[in-house]
Amino acid sequence: MSTDTEVGADLPDRLVAHGEIRQTEVRQTHRVVIRFAGDSGDGMQLTGDRFTSEAAAFGNDLATLPNFPAEIRAPAGTLPGVSSFQLHFADYDILTPGDRPDVLVAMNPAALKANLKDLPHGQVLIVNTDEFTKRNLAKVGYDSNPLEDDSLAPYQVHQVAMATITRTALEPTGMSKKDAERAKNMFALGLLSWMYHRGTEGTEQFLREKFAKKPDLAEANILAFRTGWNYGETTESFAVTYEVAPAALPTGTYRQITGNLALAYGVVAAGQLAKLPVFLGTYPITPASDVLHELSKHKGMGVTTFQAEDEIAGIGAALGASFGGALGVTSTSGPGVALKSETIGLAVALELPLLILDVQRGGPSTGLPTKTEQADLLQAMYGRNGEAPVPIIAPASPSECFAAAIEAAHIAIKYRTPVFLLSDGAIANGSEPWNVPDVADLPDISTTFATEANAPDGSGEFWPYLRDDDTLARPWAVPGTAGLEHRIGGLEKADGRGSISYDGDNHDRMVRLRQAKIDGITVDDVTVDDPSGEAEVLVLGWGSTFGPIGAACRRVRAAGMNVAQAHVRSMNPLPGNLGDVLRGYRRVVVPEMNLGQFAMMLRAKYLVDVRSYTKVAGLPFQAEELAGVLTDAVKGDLPA
Amino acid sequence: MTAIDLPTPKLGGLDLVPTTDETQKAKDFTSDQEVRWCPGCGDYAVLASVRSFLPELGLKRENIVFVSGIGCSSRFPYYLDTYGMHSIHGRAPAIATGLAVSRPDLSVWVVTGDGDALSIGGNHLIHALRRNMNITILLFNNRIYGLTKGQYSPTSEVGKVTKSTPMGSVDAPFNPVSLALGAEATFVGRALDSDRKGLTEVLRQAAAHRGASLVEIFQDCPIFNDGSFDVLRKGDDVAQRLIPLVDGEPIRFGNDGEYGVVRAESGGLKVVPVAEVGEDALVVHRAGEQDPTQAFALSRLSDQDLTHTVTGIFRKVDRPTYDDGARAQVTAATEQAQQRGDNLQALLTGRDTWAVMPTPEQEA
Ligand SMILES: Cc1ncc(C[n+]2csc(CCOP(=O)(O)OP(=O)(O)O)c2C)c(N)n1
Ligand code: SF4
Ligand SMILES: [Mg+2]
Repeated sequence: MSTDTEVGADLPDRLVAHGEIRQTEVRQTHRVVIRFAGDSGDGMQLTGDRFTSEAAAFGNDLATLPNFPAEIRAPAGTLPGVSSFQLHFADYDILTPGDRPDVLVAMNPAALKANLKDLPHGQVLIVNTDEFTKRNLAKVGYDSNPLEDDSLAPYQVHQVAMATITRTALEPTGMSKKDAERAKNMFALGLLSWMYHRGTEGTEQFLREKFAKKPDLAEANILAFRTGWNYGETTESFAVTYEVAPAALPTGTYRQITGNLALAYGVVAAGQLAKLPVFLGTYPITPASDVLHELSKHKGMGVTTFQAEDEIAGIGAALGASFGGALGVTSTSGPGVALKSETIGLAVALELPLLILDVQRGGPSTGLPTKTEQADLLQAMYGRNGEAPVPIIAPASPSECFAAAIEAAHIAIKYRTPVFLLSDGAIANGSEPWNVPDVADLPDISTTFATEANAPDGSGEFWPYLRDDDTLARPWAVPGTAGLEHRIGGLEKADGRGSISYDGDNHDRMVRLRQAKIDGITVDDVTVDDPSGEAEVLVLGWGSTFGPIGAACRRVRAAGMNVAQAHVRSMNPLPGNLGDVLRGYRRVVVPEMNLGQFAMMLRAKYLVDVRSYTKVAGLPFQAEELAGVLTDAVKGDLPA
Repeated sequence: MTAIDLPTPKLGGLDLVPTTDETQKAKDFTSDQEVRWCPGCGDYAVLASVRSFLPELGLKRENIVFVSGIGCSSRFPYYLDTYGMHSIHGRAPAIATGLAVSRPDLSVWVVTGDGDALSIGGNHLIHALRRNMNITILLFNNRIYGLTKGQYSPTSEVGKVTKSTPMGSVDAPFNPVSLALGAEATFVGRALDSDRKGLTEVLRQAAAHRGASLVEIFQDCPIFNDGSFDVLRKGDDVAQRLIPLVDGEPIRFGNDGEYGVVRAESGGLKVVPVAEVGEDALVVHRAGEQDPTQAFALSRLSDQDLTHTVTGIFRKVDRPTYDDGARAQVTAATEQAQQRGDNLQALLTGRDTWAVMPTPEQEA
């Protein structure tokens, strides 16, 4: 037992003295990464979510990485059916869900096989032994049982017959064996909750609410949860428990939030701040569907949701609503963007506000629906016919989605333009603590509709394409406004007057005007984080790579090297100071989860020889891997 | 529910659209844009009918919106001095859907062609009908792609020789009325471009209908499909081909009403000389019949050679509309939210929060 630990500190002396309760060592630790892995049917996402809520309620900083198959239920016990949930929680501000687990909970042989390679030697492995049958082992190609041979010797292995213990504990409830065994994920949660000194009330209350209509099931799950807890407490197998103190985050009221939830809340807020009804026209697609699910709950907050027949109709209806004076929004993923492209082009021509939420996933085509990627950047930038510039906002983390949605809506409304918001699977499903903003501090993004004729020739006509000198935005005149009846469409329009024009010079002017309008959008300068002020290497990222890049920078700096970090949130237009920032460093590294799309934009625009580091493996970068890349760059060994 | 169930007031198609006391004329609905269809194009006749019909509605002009797709016919909105959107190929029903849901105070019209509505936009058309959106869809059927200069369309007859089918088309056409009925349309009508009276009557009832109204307009394209409906316009046997529907009346036609429609052994309908069966055997047209079977059978009397072509209103039944339903949910949810005192701050904060307090040093 090491000296920096306390023994049974909070137990009544009497019990300790009498030896009625065994003594467990309690270790303080700063951060822990736990991965729950099991079959898709084992409820690993729920288990992870619950543990996350407990960590959040306790005040830890946290980040999560759910990882699940595209199939709803792949054949049980197979490798494709493995679903996992990784959670990183700490007593300081962390940036990623963690590279590798400190604790791996494997509910079956497939989960063990799929995840063991990520578990560093010496770390804790908790295995549900009940599933390690000959048949299940054979299913995933284990020739011998890893629990019996010495292949797990490098780890601290805890073999627990979770299903059997849960079933036995639930016998008095009269449940069938099969149903009882299903609660084994709650057993696992109970055990881990005990190991990490988490409260039990939150989970018990959660289960009572979740199964409010089936109180028997609620009680059975609670019993399984408590059985797991007691198992840790009373058996001798776990000698150590861990405490992770609350994190010292900036003061405020916090809640845990996923990217998709933050995005939906941002849309609700945008409608309120703009004083416009919100109209979401959309079609379900992973990983964006939760935005629809969430927004459909907020009809009472001025949100109408429309599940259309396809993505084309979804965005079409949103654009129709914008024409009518609503904030039109559409949500989708890459394949849906492909279908919406023509309508986005129409919105560029009509110059009407429209918000396009693209939660990116692995492509091309159906690709990897449940995995993350950043490969829609050039599609958002250029994926339309003609010169059709569209602003792009990219949040860097789950909680940033809230402000990003408001910002995107603000641009759409102020400049009368479709705006892309590029989230991704990692942000969408990942969660972190969110310092809940005070609504009074949120920006006013309201606008005014045109009510008067505006023709500069004093004819008393309404010219729908007469622009604001400042923003180059055209008036938004909604049907129902007397005297402003006008027709808009996808055909090129005469500058100002807005009638159809096939004139080449007019077209040239209109193309440039539309481009100038987008280029002129006010964008915050990019800020550079370089604690030393002496870095020669800059790492520049966008979107969800923020966490791993930041964590990598910490490692590199901790090793005594200097590296500067900057992150772009407005991908179009780019921050005004970006060129100067790039030129200020000897070497610029751009990590992306695509084959170098942003790097290509930067090279084209700034003629800077940025070095692209790319990966498209469906999962976020690991801090360790990026730290290696940055170390090489600092040492000058980066391959060209 | 109160003890006494008050009958819910039945809304007409335009009941939520503001009206005007000013007298309007066709000229008031005429925009300053020069009309650019080919000389002799059937679209002119339809435009003239619509312009002279709109004043009859007595609506505020600014509360009328025409949304179109792409095609010759889809230029229509430019020529009307109302709000309008000339959108993209096939998507007008989708765009109109968003507009109609969010703006109950607008009279929303869709103008589309046979290619626009039935090829590229087929999906949106059937879904707008199924949902019973409160919109009126004018389908200009010239059985050809006009704007792209004469390829065959999904309503062209089998064997049609066009630029893209030099050996004749081999695919069977849609019958737009049958399709609309199959898509659960609550209002389906048909008229000839040149028949101002018949067309106006169908438009009148279509506009008054709450829900999706599909009006198929047989339209001549003298350039690429010249005279395609001439058998219904001129010649001795026009009266033996055209079957105008009169609600509540036995279905009878011909110069002297010598033909009638009766039930066929097949389960459908057929045309027979009245003299052979007697007037009592004729089927009576009931547009308000919920069961669409007879309306569908009527649509099947018109084969692609237009031997027996039914015009008028096939079906006109009441069914809740999507837009009214969607708005009712928003209204109910808003009332509940107000009663509960919901607000944005409470939503964002949620139920599971924790506070990070300033540390003593921070406070100092
Ligand atoms: C996405 C797209 N595909 C193809 C076209 C070309 N196009 C324009 S109109 C049209 C067909 C129009 O036929 P119809 O709807 O019958 O209208 P009409 O011109 O006969 O009135 C086609 C194929 C287009 N504008 N957009
Ligand atoms: S091509 Fe045919 S449909 Fe088009 S404007 Fe000319 S006549 Fe009319
Ligand atoms: Mg046509």
